[in-house]
Amino acid sequence: MEEILIDLHVKKLIHTTNGDELLELKLTIPRFGFITFFGKSGVGKTTLLRMIAGLTNPDSGYIKVNNEIWFDSDKKINIKPQQRNIGFVFQDYALFPNMTVKEHLLYAQFYKERGYVSELLEIFHLKGLCERKPAKLSGGQQQRLAVARALARKPQILLLDEPLSALDNETRTILQDEILLAHEKFSATTLLVSHDINEVVKLSDYIYVIENGEINKQGCPKEIFNNTKFQVLAQVLKIEGTILTISANDTITKIEVSEFEIRDLKVNDKILIPTKIVNPMILRINTS
Amino acid sequence: MNADFLITFWISVKLATLTTIILFVIGIPLAYYLTYSKLRFKVVLQALISMPLVLPPSVLGFYLLLAFSPNYWFGNFLNSYFNVQLAFSFAGILIGSIIFNLPFMVNAIQSGFSNLPISLKDASYTLGKSRLTTIRKVLLPNIKPAMITGLCLTFAHTIGEFGVILMIGGNIPGKTRVASLAVYDEVQALNFDMANKYAIFLFLFSFVILLIVYSINREYLKWKRF
Repeated sequence: MEEILIDLHVKKLIHTTNGDELLELKLTIPRFGFITFFGKSGVGKTTLLRMIAGLTNPDSGYIKVNNEIWFDSDKKINIKPQQRNIGFVFQDYALFPNMTVKEHLLYAQFYKERGYVSELLEIFHLKGLCERKPAKLSGGQQQRLAVARALARKPQILLLDEPLSALDNETRTILQDEILLAHEKFSATTLLVSHDINEVVKLSDYIYVIENGEINKQGCPKEIFNNTKFQVLAQVLKIEGTILTISANDTITKIEVSEFEIRDLKVNDKILIPTKIVNPMILRINTS
Repeated sequence: MNADFLITFWISVKLATLTTIILFVIGIPLAYYLTYSKLRFKVVLQALISMPLVLPPSVLGFYLLLAFSPNYWFGNFLNSYFNVQLAFSFAGILIGSIIFNLPFMVNAIQSGFSNLPISLKDASYTLGKSRLTTIRKVLLPNIKPAMITGLCLTFAHTIGEFGVILMIGGNIPGKTRVASLAVYDEVQALNFDMANKYAIFLFLFSFVILLIVYSINREYLKWKRF
């Protein structure tokens, strides 16, 4: 059986656009896992990461890491974020404008090891940018620096709060590989918050889907997302008789449906179209 | 240029320098508290600190004069236990000008802190750094323009301070008479020539200070864009 690193059960009232909602989460995280919290924005995923980091306090419950209590409302224990050995990558990266790339890593280190700093610079392709300040880095480079900085103190848990949401698709793919590499190389337990299905499937071993303030589903990516049928998610744009104009995967197309199928449909409805492809023809489109 | 003129200016500059240094030291923790504290009480503190912006200087001067006077308990207490007499003394006008300039220093630094993303502080904490290290290495270096603004405005404003100093300092030449009071004094005595000298000096001095503030901030903004 896998060794459990984090065991938590927390309750917190969070403010959402639909008013206050109670977030109640009970879960365990295995050591060395790559775990993703998946769900719509505002559902409390970031709050959960912040509670693990000690930046936000749960209203009640406990958080145990490595059998050590980090938070316990009954015993009135609340370990400061500084004493929780974690690395946190913020959605806005939170880089320090006054520090160069190298100074970021030196500042973040617990024990000063120049060798480890150069190793991080190497892995994240930051070597030539050592003396640059964040304002002179591209989005992708800033993101790499944020991950490198989080790893600099050799954390046992790496917390990633939608780290790639601000990047274009190509950079995203490259950085996903780098994050995966770093996760394996530094054998940290990694917790990712994301709402991008592709990213989640590519990176995680195990997924917790959070919905309506609780864990709605959990399992490995296959169990959560894979269906035996190939299906397309689309939105209805126009209804003319039995012809639907729909938008799916950024493409507008028309489909004909039966009268039975159309009876409850309205414009703007989201629909799922299972396709019965037995032997699809596949064309490769990336040229590189 | 006579000795009186120089001494008067020297007192002005000494008062402004000391006020600025002392306010810088107490302004940083106050501004930090006002930015990051979640306590409700902080609105009261905020209002109190900003009072000198709207209060007539004569009102503040009047109450300080009463407080410093040996006829009332605080002045009496200072006088009998520490042998300190604050009314009509340099120490008295220094305290008055510290209180009166609080908003200029605190509000400037506070706006610097609140313009920083809150995640900078959080990030430093998750890297295991204490609050003090975070303030020293991360927060303060990133609000330099705000600090320079606070320093220069406090200095310039103290040079131009009139009402409070007149009330509690008593306009004693060589002791509590500052340049801004001297203008008024010379006009009263119909020495327009002398008044003009003080006035021109004050005018140029204030202009140069503000020029420095704006050019530093402009340079900084330019640098930040890269």
